[in-house]
Amino acid sequence: MNRKKKPDLQLAAAAVLLGSILVLSLLAPWLAPWDPNATDMQVRLQGPSPDHPLGTDALGRDLLSRALWGGRASILLALGATLLSMSLGGLAGLAAGWFGGPVDWCLTVLSNIFQGLPGTCLMVAIAGTLGPGVRNLLLALVLTSWAGFSRVVRTETLRIREEAYMEGLRSLGAGPLRLILGHALPQLAAGLAVLFATRAGRCVLSIASLSYLGLGISPPTPDWSVMIRDARLNYRSAPHLILVPGLCIFLLLLGLNLLGDALRERLDVRTGEAREW
Amino acid sequence: MTMGRYLLHKLLSLLPVLLGITLAAFTLGVLSPGDPAELALSQGGYEPTAEQVAELERQLGLDAPYPVQYLRWVGRALSGDLGTSYRSRRPVAEELLRRLPVTLELAAWSITLACALGLFLGCAAVIGRGRWPDLLIQALTGLQLSFPAFWLGLLLILLFAETLGWLPTSGTGGAGHMLLPAVTLSSATAATAARLLRSTLLGELGKPYCTAAAARGITPARLVVRNALPNAAVPVAALLGNSLGGMLGGSVIVESIFALPGIGSYALEAIGGRDYPALQGYVLLTGLIYVGVTLLVDVVSMLLDPRVRLGGKHL
Repeated sequence: MNRKKKPDLQLAAAAVLLGSILVLSLLAPWLAPWDPNATDMQVRLQGPSPDHPLGTDALGRDLLSRALWGGRASILLALGATLLSMSLGGLAGLAAGWFGGPVDWCLTVLSNIFQGLPGTCLMVAIAGTLGPGVRNLLLALVLTSWAGFSRVVRTETLRIREEAYMEGLRSLGAGPLRLILGHALPQLAAGLAVLFATRAGRCVLSIASLSYLGLGISPPTPDWSVMIRDARLNYRSAPHLILVPGLCIFLLLLGLNLLGDALRERLDVRTGEAREW
Repeated sequence: MTMGRYLLHKLLSLLPVLLGITLAAFTLGVLSPGDPAELALSQGGYEPTAEQVAELERQLGLDAPYPVQYLRWVGRALSGDLGTSYRSRRPVAEELLRRLPVTLELAAWSITLACALGLFLGCAAVIGRGRWPDLLIQALTGLQLSFPAFWLGLLLILLFAETLGWLPTSGTGGAGHMLLPAVTLSSATAATAARLLRSTLLGELGKPYCTAAAARGITPARLVVRNALPNAAVPVAALLGNSLGGMLGGSVIVESIFALPGIGSYALEAIGGRDYPALQGYVLLTGLIYVGVTLLVDVVSMLLDPRVRLGGKHL
């Protein structure tokens, strides 16, 4: 069967999608034909034209330029939030699995508490109470997702710690730092890579959803979700206003999902969790 | 472990989670910008004097240390008092309960849809595995998982309500009003369920009893639906049950798009009006329902499958 071929195809598709989104977003300052925030009431709500290849929004802003700029904030924020949650959760999981005993008990209870909270609802409440903004968004994302990393890392660490070769290394005189950094961490890498891709996708989705509700990234930052939010009143007569930015978010999520699936199949890791948004 | 001990263990492990939920809801109130007493008095353009604010702070117990305030708050919450809404001056608990049925109806429709679609797609993929139905369903579920719910909702409105004019765009009243919101809310869950069912079904089909049934000449469709499905469905049922809790959070988006007056849009209105007691009440209520649903799912999966009990490391 073509069992081996499929992840390769998936990986290639993911690489093409994510690669082009990243390159286009990075080069936005040079590629965008207009300033993404420049308004021009003369050309508001227009369809595609030579001047504005994807048309303009209700304030006459160029849709192509806004689409090119619109991923930068959320991609950066999603990567930051995922890295931060992974570091925090990874450290907690490593400590819990490695030291066991009261450390493990405390950290497990703590991560169980955070896992037992309804993540989406809490994110809305945190962002809603503290107000929109990058710092509060980051806080909401990290608070609701570090525990997922911690649980996976803890289980893996528990298993690795008991492996025979660990016992061997220990009897050869290897200290805990060397065991953890040199031997346990590389073993955790596969699981973390899969989890990172899945969680980064979840973060993009959460940031997009919160920003759509007006609780995340806010104007004047040009952002895909903010563009959709801005178009709430006009999209019925001008569907391209939500089609363009929505397609961008969709392709980014598709790329991350494909990456996660491909890595999971390739590295043979299982993480089953439901999506909430 | 007997059933009773398992239940006791589960209930005990819920205590820290309950502590977490109440702490989270309480902390939100503490962190909220502005002085609650001043906010409560100054709604509607009225500017209270410093004495009035201090007097109300004393009345509300806001001058006590935070741990004391927390205990009092939990005590009041236990007796069903979630405070008074800043905007409407009515009890938050009463307003939440009035709007809860809309959200529950939405969640019920969504879970039913997710269940039906997940079962159908999962079984169809396995029956046609390796051929076009399987590939098609894999692609479809992959696309479904990448659709942000708010975009899907807007596109559905655009297509079915605006262009075709088949369904109403917003508001409540009858099944027609719930169809698009439920499709929006259940799409990702249905895809997750279909994918999980596909993999658990394939796992079952590799087992000796399925080989034996296949050797007796049973058709593939019958083998999947009659023999493998009952065993493969347990983890899927757990997934669906648990996603019911998540849907309460996800309903914020859907209620906002389709203008449904449930607790999700209540939370958004509370945020818009800086009505922090209402937001606290929302967090507490959804948190409690979430925990309750998780507990229920755990118990039901244990009743359905003794392996959950025997292999029982519930991490």
